[in-house]
Amino acid sequence: MIIFDNVSKIYADDSVALEKVSFSVLPKEFVSIVGASGAGKSTLLKMLLAEERPTEGVVFFDSVDVSSLGKRELSEHRRKIGTVFQDFKLLPYKTAYENIAFAMEVAGRNDEEIESDVPHVLELVDLQDKVWNFPHQLSGGEKQRLAIARAIINQPDVVIADEPTGNLDPLNTEEIIQILKKINDLGTTVILTTHNKHVVDTLGKRVIALDRGRVVRDDKTGRYTI
Amino acid sequence: MIWTDIKRIMRSGFVGFWRNAFVSLSSTLVMALALFVIGILVFLGAMLDTSLTQLRDKVDINVYFLVSAPEEEILALQSKIENLPEVDFVKYVSREEALNEFKLRHENDQLIIQALEELDDNPLGATLNIKAKETSQYEGIAKFLEGDQALSVDNNLEIIDRINYYQNKSAIDKLNKIVDSTQTLSFAVALVMVIISIAMTFNTVRLAVFTSREEIGVMKLVGASNKYARGPFIVQGALSGVLSAFLALILFYPLTFWLGPSTETFFGGISVFDYYLNNFGQIFLIMLISGIFLGGGSSYLSVRKYLKI
Repeated sequence: MIIFDNVSKIYADDSVALEKVSFSVLPKEFVSIVGASGAGKSTLLKMLLAEERPTEGVVFFDSVDVSSLGKRELSEHRRKIGTVFQDFKLLPYKTAYENIAFAMEVAGRNDEEIESDVPHVLELVDLQDKVWNFPHQLSGGEKQRLAIARAIINQPDVVIADEPTGNLDPLNTEEIIQILKKINDLGTTVILTTHNKHVVDTLGKRVIALDRGRVVRDDKTGRYTI
Repeated sequence: MIWTDIKRIMRSGFVGFWRNAFVSLSSTLVMALALFVIGILVFLGAMLDTSLTQLRDKVDINVYFLVSAPEEEILALQSKIENLPEVDFVKYVSREEALNEFKLRHENDQLIIQALEELDDNPLGATLNIKAKETSQYEGIAKFLEGDQALSVDNNLEIIDRINYYQNKSAIDKLNKIVDSTQTLSFAVALVMVIISIAMTFNTVRLAVFTSREEIGVMKLVGASNKYARGPFIVQGALSGVLSAFLALILFYPLTFWLGPSTETFFGGISVFDYYLNNFGQIFLIMLISGIFLGGGSSYLSVRKYLKI
């Protein structure tokens, strides 16, 4: 379970990214966070990954205060969360296979597991023909599918997707959303931030709307309205 | 588990080095230049050391004894001098030996040989040739000889005619100063060059790591520990160091070969090419270890900044 408890983030230049944000996400939930650019969506996800610390309030992940984690615990914490980004954040000098294997290596999985799981997950995202391609040899949609494969390879409790369809055409967008839905159906919590009204409206899942750092709406089966 | 991690980090480092060939090559070339400078310092140091040792070896003092000085008194003094801690060795030249040497030196000068034959007795006194461990210690030895200790044991008679230290004092002092200031200067130059080399390497590696800063961030976000994210970069840096050491060593072969004869003349007897061949193992080790530490260390420090995610 994820809890944001009265979280504020104010940067050194007094710009407010988040203001007294409180909500919780239950296991196996699919939550879309919507809002205009600069509303604080990405900051929210960064706090969950402990990339940023809240100025006020606490972020709990499985009852643990995320900002209290030490170096080693932080790495372990991040392995419980699969991440998908708008700009893919793939390792440029590693092949599709190696990008996924890397996530398994850092989680301490052995070579036999890596050899059996990586081809399987690549098949799942329909990249079985691109195993030895480097990221720059893949299309936008393929890159994002690879990023999703990497995010789910260690069977994380939560997958967070930060505007994963921002750089994709409608066809690829649809494909990515279907994969995320499937992941959620299999029991993984998914937190999605997006600008895409169509995506949110067709999902029919919980929607949290942010405006200038504040939660302005939290609907169980929401639509894209700010 | 640790071995698996090391194996994976090494593999990742090697593969990353190869795939990022352009950046790897650039840092290897700059590092080779830095090691080349360090190598030049090693060669210059060795050449200078040999020259200074040769110069120092030329310095000694001679104690000339009176013709009347009994041999046993001289030998007693010799053993006294030999017991001084600053003395390296003392060589006794008897009156006869001194005469023979003199004759040999002037064998082509008939006038002197003739004059010698006119004399009834050997006009030359015995000498002690003294070599100190350090050139700065000659003054102390000369003072000892001047003192009471050096007088005839039996009846306090003077047996020493003269000590050539005082005639050569200014030359010895000057030599001492030259040796000291050359050593200080060469140390200062070496220090500055080493600092420049380190700064040059560090900046190049830092630029190479800068191009990979996002990659490091991604590694961290995927859950890599600092060690795991940093490891491959250290391996890449060390690999650059090893390759640049080989490169610099190869460059030195034709260079020292070409400079060999000139250095032999300039530094008095030692050829830089012979030094390179005779001390190849040692030079290779110095370059290799410097390369690994320069490359690996620079990577370690450069990556640190991007791990704070």
